[in-house]
Amino acid sequence: MSTENNSRQADTNRYLKLSGLEPLVVTPESNFVNVGERTNVAGSKKFLRLIKEEKYEEALDIARDQVEGGAQVLDVNMDDGLLDGVEAMVKFLNLIVAEPDIARVPIMIDSSKWEIIEAGLQVVQGKCVVNSISLKEGKEQFVQHAKMIRRYGAAVIVMAFDEVGQADNFERRCEISKRSYDILVNEVGFPAEDIIFDLNIFPVATGMDEHKLNAIDFIKATAWVKENLPYCSVSGGVSNVSFSFRGNNPVREAMHSVFLYHAIKAGMNMGIVNPNMLEIYDDIPKDLLEHVEDVILNRRDDATERLLDFAENVVGKAKENKVDLSWREEPLQNRITRALVKGIDQYITEDVEEARQSASKTIEVIEGHLMIGMNVVGDLFQSGKMFLPQVVKSARVMKRAVAYLLPFIEEEKLLNPDHQAGNSHNGKILMATVKGDVHDIGKNIVSVVLACNNYEIVDLGVMVPPEKIIQAAKDENVDVIGLSGLITPSLDEMVFLAKEMERQNFKVPLLIGGATTSKAHTAVKIDPQYQSAVVHVNDASRAVTVVGDLLQKETSLKYKESIKLDYEDFRNKFLNRGKHKEYLDIAQARENKYQVDWSKAEIIKPKELGIQIIEEFDFNKLLPFIDWSPFFRSWELHGKYPAILEDEVVGTQATELFADAQQMLKMILDKNLFKAKAIFGLFPANTVNDDDIELLHEGKPYIFRTLRQQTKKYAGKPNFALSDFIAPKDSGLQDYIGCFCVSTGFGTDELADTYQKNLDDYNSIMVKALADRFAEAFAEYLHREVRKEHWGYVPEEGLSNEELIKESYIGIRPAPGYPACPDHLEKLTIWEVLQVKEKIGVSLTDSLAMWPAASVSGYYFGSTEARYFGVGKIKEDQVEDFAKRKNMPLEDATRWLAPNIADD
Amino acid sequence: MKNIQEILKERILILDGAMGTMLQRYKFTEEDFRGERFKDWAHPLQGNNDLLSLTQPEAIADIHRQYFEAGADIVETNTFSSTTIAMADYHMEELVYELNYESARIAKKVADEFTAKEPHKPRFVAGSIGPTNKTASMSPDVNDPGYRAISFDQLREAYKQQIEALLDGGSDILLVETVFDTLNAKAALFAIEEVKEERKIEVPIMVSGTITDASGRTLSGQTAEAFLISISHIPILSVGLNCALGASQLVPHLEVLSAKSDYAISAHPNAGLPNAFGEYDETPEQMAEQIKEYAEKQLVNIVGGCCGTTPEHIAAMLAIVKDHKPRGVNILEKAIV
Repeated sequence: MSTENNSRQADTNRYLKLSGLEPLVVTPESNFVNVGERTNVAGSKKFLRLIKEEKYEEALDIARDQVEGGAQVLDVNMDDGLLDGVEAMVKFLNLIVAEPDIARVPIMIDSSKWEIIEAGLQVVQGKCVVNSISLKEGKEQFVQHAKMIRRYGAAVIVMAFDEVGQADNFERRCEISKRSYDILVNEVGFPAEDIIFDLNIFPVATGMDEHKLNAIDFIKATAWVKENLPYCSVSGGVSNVSFSFRGNNPVREAMHSVFLYHAIKAGMNMGIVNPNMLEIYDDIPKDLLEHVEDVILNRRDDATERLLDFAENVVGKAKENKVDLSWREEPLQNRITRALVKGIDQYITEDVEEARQSASKTIEVIEGHLMIGMNVVGDLFQSGKMFLPQVVKSARVMKRAVAYLLPFIEEEKLLNPDHQAGNSHNGKILMATVKGDVHDIGKNIVSVVLACNNYEIVDLGVMVPPEKIIQAAKDENVDVIGLSGLITPSLDEMVFLAKEMERQNFKVPLLIGGATTSKAHTAVKIDPQYQSAVVHVNDASRAVTVVGDLLQKETSLKYKESIKLDYEDFRNKFLNRGKHKEYLDIAQARENKYQVDWSKAEIIKPKELGIQIIEEFDFNKLLPFIDWSPFFRSWELHGKYPAILEDEVVGTQATELFADAQQMLKMILDKNLFKAKAIFGLFPANTVNDDDIELLHEGKPYIFRTLRQQTKKYAGKPNFALSDFIAPKDSGLQDYIGCFCVSTGFGTDELADTYQKNLDDYNSIMVKALADRFAEAFAEYLHREVRKEHWGYVPEEGLSNEELIKESYIGIRPAPGYPACPDHLEKLTIWEVLQVKEKIGVSLTDSLAMWPAASVSGYYFGSTEARYFGVGKIKEDQVEDFAKRKNMPLEDATRWLAPNIADD
Repeated sequence: MKNIQEILKERILILDGAMGTMLQRYKFTEEDFRGERFKDWAHPLQGNNDLLSLTQPEAIADIHRQYFEAGADIVETNTFSSTTIAMADYHMEELVYELNYESARIAKKVADEFTAKEPHKPRFVAGSIGPTNKTASMSPDVNDPGYRAISFDQLREAYKQQIEALLDGGSDILLVETVFDTLNAKAALFAIEEVKEERKIEVPIMVSGTITDASGRTLSGQTAEAFLISISHIPILSVGLNCALGASQLVPHLEVLSAKSDYAISAHPNAGLPNAFGEYDETPEQMAEQIKEYAEKQLVNIVGGCCGTTPEHIAAMLAIVKDHKPRGVNILEKAIV
């Protein structure tokens, strides 16, 4: 493609032009273009839920509201770990296109994944905006994506981000924009008017000196870009700027208006602005305006302090102040309720003591004062006004209060043996993580929340064998049994347990939860095994409602019947669903494997073959590698980090949780409470018989069996297996593979237990959630070290930093049990090759979960051709073939692969 | 010899008229459609006009000849339905390369005859790329609006095959026409860009949309300007409208394209709206009178005819436009390199 397109057009007519069913032409005279962004799963919890539940009608209503509310462009984002992003994007866009009142505006296809962007571009007839591309992963990919975007006929948002990082000052914003612009316009032939820069809006008035220039640098850079890079547009998400004033809307609104006023004057012409969070510039009181402008424009050194002081007056009563102790003057019940709602345990013993003295029996304090407070917590949580971390903190206050009161209750019992004090709870619930599984964060959270709602919890812990669950259920005479599990083999354990309970004629309702569980699996596989109620519950707030409905006398029978019918109905629908996929037989799938031209492939021999162990490791090195989004997810706060910190629904809670996490992190690092260990090996390897990878270690062969995609693909799309990325033996080339196990779980349980004993579930769960994050970060870190040093296929010699970073993304590290290799069995081979248990002490359970839980294991593939994919569903013929290859009975193979075997 | 870009600056170019209308005059039977080669074909073939390039090549060449004689600068190849997607109706997917190649070769041979005779008026062949019979952004099932009968990639692959054969057969121009779903057209444009890149060639591209109703929108719902914006991402020679409506109904939409576009503007309307028998009965004189409005308003650079038009219509148009200046020469100076 040449630059002729640029000279072709008359200069006067070079505007950003987009189209849906109708045109959108952005001229210098146009008003600010507002982008609707509620149809974004990363930014809207509601939209995410609707998409997950496939409630597309309601999801379309959100889109329609946005357009009717004045959005001139509709941002659509389906980036969520639990969604098939491509499928969700295509489905939603196809539906939007069928709605003329929505489709009249242009679409902004928003994803960090190229395949999702491309899938979106293929289904929209109008001229879209791609959000976004950047130089983050190097020039080559940037150019390639830009070319494709041009060919699909879309405009593009370019983030001010390059190989070194995100632009955070004036110079870097200009430098990256200029470089991006030059590449796009001069090398790709991208029309300059189709380029929109996102110059990164960051918060001001954070109290940190380096943030003082955040707004003014953005505004200056906007002016520079508009002056020096002709015809392009500038965009951004405005609410970021006022992030540090969350909770003080008058100040935030003024900050948005002031920022926009100056940024628009500088040339910003589109962006994401919540119209409800905008004050009219001229209506801002003069004194507030002056203070806000001082901050935005960084006009005085003490601008932040002055605005902070001033802000107190602006809100007065509305603003929560840490030292505001006026609530301590309120009546006793108010104080107890507030302590529970706010999770403040500082005064709780003092308050319950006061309550105890006024009560005739101590138990009345629990049944009265504390329960009144906890009911408020429960109501707020149910109605979405409180979030999980707050509830867990409330539980901590509750537990401490009860612990204080217990000795008095015991004493009263001794004095009054006739009087029955106990048994005031709503019901007794057994909770267990099933045999072979070690993950318990979710189970602990549900336990805490149920305990808050006055249920007595019998927690059997992790790796609980079925006979123990059944025995405990009988001994304790429980009312409900809750089963949790994270890895796929746990699904079978749950089915087994349901069968066993049925055989022993149990009637106790069964709750099913955990990451791999689903309503579909519960309805299709578990529910038919058990005549009494089985309910799938995947979040803590629903657990409370469900248990309530199950146990309350008035609703119980009816609810159980309706649940049974609902699951039967769901099962029938699921089994008869229209979407029948077509499959290839395994031979055909192998025919259509991913073809690598090995004669041209550059295979790099690892610098260090063999096995290495890392034992002493500085956790500080892992901090930059931590991915925080899943951490928030484990607390049922949904959104992407760091955007989640200012999410309009969960932002405040997320920020508080994050601060607590940072504090815990510092403590763990300062006191060296966690130990990290890793083992990895790099070996000569070749693919044999299409789907097997044979590696050699100390002269001995080991074999990894891979699984191959069997769904029928469009012409030209291969059926992948991991073995496709390793040179076959008959190519005569020597290829290589690696495998690894890292763990940061040593010390986790001890620390978590300490907190638990101290009645502090909040910090106990926090410790485990952080250990999980560290394990993932360690895996990421080690992968980089392997690429750079030990395998060295991205050696530093002779490469600029820029090239290095670009290269460093070559290769993958798939983990057994995850989409590219869903079968857990291969972990056994990794353990055998590396002697993981003997060398670093990470063991495998019966279900092949790793212990300690905060561990990650997997393979390394170094080929430039290697990529992640999902095996998806496979057919019986591959299962038979797999059993033969592994020399194991077909029933065993079927059991291990069950979650992946197609049932249609 | 001047190239088409240069000629466009000097005068209004004439595109040919309907192929189907002319073929009806031959009253070909099922046997004629089959010819010797397809006499045992398992499926009925009557109506597969594109096949006539293989079985009745003389008739096709003769129709091109009549249009050139009437004064056309450009004739379209007989390939409106020559994609694997549209040919599936006749189970002739395998023949797609040959159909396009032969159709282009026939048209090019006739064009070369005329250019040799009249070097001052070179004749061009536009490879006709129809919309296929499936839509990529609309569901054929009203109860399932999210369903699509065809994907972008399927269209792109089918178009690519057609384009390669059209170019191999000698087409000078590629004409993506009767666009009722812009996404189909984008797949065709995508395929053209791929072929251009692979072969390292430039080829003039004409794009022509179809406004299907009085509301002034394409079948897939876009206004004329939205359509224009959606197909402007690659360098094209001309954009315009054809089919569905008669010449006079096209005026307001051509005005939009003309005002908003830097490309040359084309129009090849039907001979009026169909009558109760599905026939088009606007006479050459009536149609030429309406084309006069295009010329006087300086709306167009290329005119021709679609359904119902004949060499007589084309001759009448030429008589009108030859005395008029083409649209916005100044704009074109910048627009056409």
